Amino acid sequence: MSGAVEFPGGIEVRRVQPDELASTTARFIELGACYEMLVGLDERSVGGDGLAVEVDLSSVGGPFRLRADLPLAEPAYPSVARLVPAAAWDEREAKDLFGIIPLGHPDPRRLVLHERWPTGFHPLRKDVDGVLRPPLGDRRYVPFEVHGDGVYQLPVGPIHAGIIEPGHFRFSAVGERILHLDARLFFAHRGLEKLVEGRSFESAAPVVERACGVCTVTHALAYAQAVEALTGTAIPDRARWGRLVLAELERLYNHVGDLGNMCAGVGFYPGVSRLGALKERLLRLNEAVSGHRYLMGSVAPGGLRLDLNEGGLLALAAELGPIGHELGGAIRSVIRSAGVMARFHLAGVVPGELARTLGATGVAARASGLEDDLRLDEPYGAYQDIEVSAAGAATGDVAARFHVRAQEAQEAIRLVAQGLAHLQPGPVRAIAARQPAAGETARCGAEGPRGTSRIWLRAGANGTIDRFHLRSASFANWPVVVAAVPGDLVPDFPLINKSFELCYACTDR
Amino acid sequence: MPMDVFDRFLRPLRGGPLTRRYPDEPVALPPTVRGLPEVDPSRCDATGACVSACPTGAITLEQGTWSVDAGRCVFCAICATACPQGAIRLGTRFELASRSRDGDPGTALTREIDRRVGRSLHIRHVDAGSCNGCDWEIAALLNPYHDIQRLGIDFVASPRHADLLLVTGVMTRNLEEAALRTYEAMPEPRLVVAVGACAISGGVFAGTYAARDGVADVLPVDVFVPGCPPRPEALIQGLLVAVGRMVPRAGVEEGSPSA
Repeated sequence: MSGAVEFPGGIEVRRVQPDELASTTARFIELGACYEMLVGLDERSVGGDGLAVEVDLSSVGGPFRLRADLPLAEPAYPSVARLVPAAAWDEREAKDLFGIIPLGHPDPRRLVLHERWPTGFHPLRKDVDGVLRPPLGDRRYVPFEVHGDGVYQLPVGPIHAGIIEPGHFRFSAVGERILHLDARLFFAHRGLEKLVEGRSFESAAPVVERACGVCTVTHALAYAQAVEALTGTAIPDRARWGRLVLAELERLYNHVGDLGNMCAGVGFYPGVSRLGALKERLLRLNEAVSGHRYLMGSVAPGGLRLDLNEGGLLALAAELGPIGHELGGAIRSVIRSAGVMARFHLAGVVPGELARTLGATGVAARASGLEDDLRLDEPYGAYQDIEVSAAGAATGDVAARFHVRAQEAQEAIRLVAQGLAHLQPGPVRAIAARQPAAGETARCGAEGPRGTSRIWLRAGANGTIDRFHLRSASFANWPVVVAAVPGDLVPDFPLINKSFELCYACTDR
Repeated sequence: MPMDVFDRFLRPLRGGPLTRRYPDEPVALPPTVRGLPEVDPSRCDATGACVSACPTGAITLEQGTWSVDAGRCVFCAICATACPQGAIRLGTRFELASRSRDGDPGTALTREIDRRVGRSLHIRHVDAGSCNGCDWEIAALLNPYHDIQRLGIDFVASPRHADLLLVTGVMTRNLEEAALRTYEAMPEPRLVVAVGACAISGGVFAGTYAARDGVADVLPVDVFVPGCPPRPEALIQGLLVAVGRMVPRAGVEEGSPSA
């Protein structure tokens, strides 16, 4: 290890040589640190003369970061993913968007910008004009396929049979048995991270919320916390508890919907219908409370943009009991169905060790026996003043993910009730205490329905954004889905996929 | 009686139907609803605070005339909170479907579609880079509250079986080819409905390197359904407008409705 130690944004940054980044990261992980994300950077906007790559880790002693500066002429370093598989997609993303080359990467194919994008176009570099739309070529995607006697290839998507987001799945199968799955995502890549550069913290907020329509509170919350860390802003009490209510409502309607979708994965229509109706009831309450069925436009830097509606809060308080009762009944009716549970058991097994190696988060981690919940590990906002009981299961299969989600939905109802009890009248928004200096960074997370989403934020001049990176929970979990299916049956893939219920939008951004 | 039988078959009968009858019956909107922004001209001082605060450039103020483009609006209420006079509030209008962005009504195709498909309509959905909010609202059309099949409308797995392509999202460059090929696989006559601010104008993502500014840059759009996302009833209205079973609301047909 070499170089100076500095503490921008309160988090230690250790400078390492590019060829030491992978080995240093691996050593810290051996010592018990957790890999969080790898971020590509262009230092030219903050006084540097090249690119950089940063690995973010967390440990019991707090978070810390390893950064390697890379010369613009030859931005390459030995791949971290060779030693730390969880870094694989992060490195492919930085390769596409910054042209930073991870030498010896196990799968150096394109990820975010598909094959048709021109060579040398790296949109997150500071000298690339963000509105430029270069012409696309006709270079084709080369799938990873298994070949051999009796092995056939089954391509699915990006346009699917159901109402779902775009992704291409290439199965190599023998009979119905999956040997290998190659997932090609990023069809929904909208260039969000470039789009918010140069904007004020305030004007970027509506874009950040729309990274994903069903993780919108999670992302708005992580972003707001990062901005508040940079601007030294303390938010009013009503906003703290309001955020908890909104975050748990988001978890609740997502989990209820996902439990219903898992029933759809096995064709159990009584469950689909009953949980679908319950989800609609929750969406209506969301609108009564916040003015938006998916809770958009509520959380903003400094607190809440719009106060929660008192009439809606009363309706919510009155409905929580009956909703919990109906949810319990619906879950029991699924569990009592032997045919459904036979499909759930031992499908899409993710052993705990695999989940840890690949950096699984949220339900995907907790159903495989990992204790991983940001609300408990690094409590933020009102979670510092409330007891969250951890959900968990050990078997790592679809059934485990069903049970964890069911426990968490019931716990979310309890937390919403507690949050409501703490909500006192008062202001909901504070103004920023100060403007951060250019180059200051913050990194904040929030525990959403799909796990921990993290936002990495660096301030530019005059309260603008220099670099924004969203490592969503879905992004972290997609490689886990890919690893979960070999050995399973092709017709079980929709079920296994639904048991993770990951978003494509916040993965692709 | 086994509990299973009660649970699956008899219990649902006890509660009565959940299904709402929109459009035959109006929607019960909560007081918090965020419809299209409206201005009170007597209080508007034309400071332009709303114009600069709007994240999508949906609001224009020309010679003192205030107007909002429903196809750009993301219903975020930032204009209302930014107005120093408090002259803007979010109204209750959500039935905003229009047959064009520029005033060309294009009814000939609608009549042809109406003649061919009658009261039955089969839809293929394509997510061309949405935040998935629109997609979840489309999925909600199939829940017991909205039950879109009661209107003779259903979703099909293949574009070859579809009369109508329902497109959400900005039309990313990564998906463009697949979206175009899906459209080409549909039998004629075929309709395209663009759903949500992103699909109509790029929404908050307009101007990005990674996408077009809406679906109409790639596909011929017949009906635009504004919203962020449009609520399920707004989607129903848009679909019924597309097949000529409903007419666009007054003030919407000419493209950009103004308050």
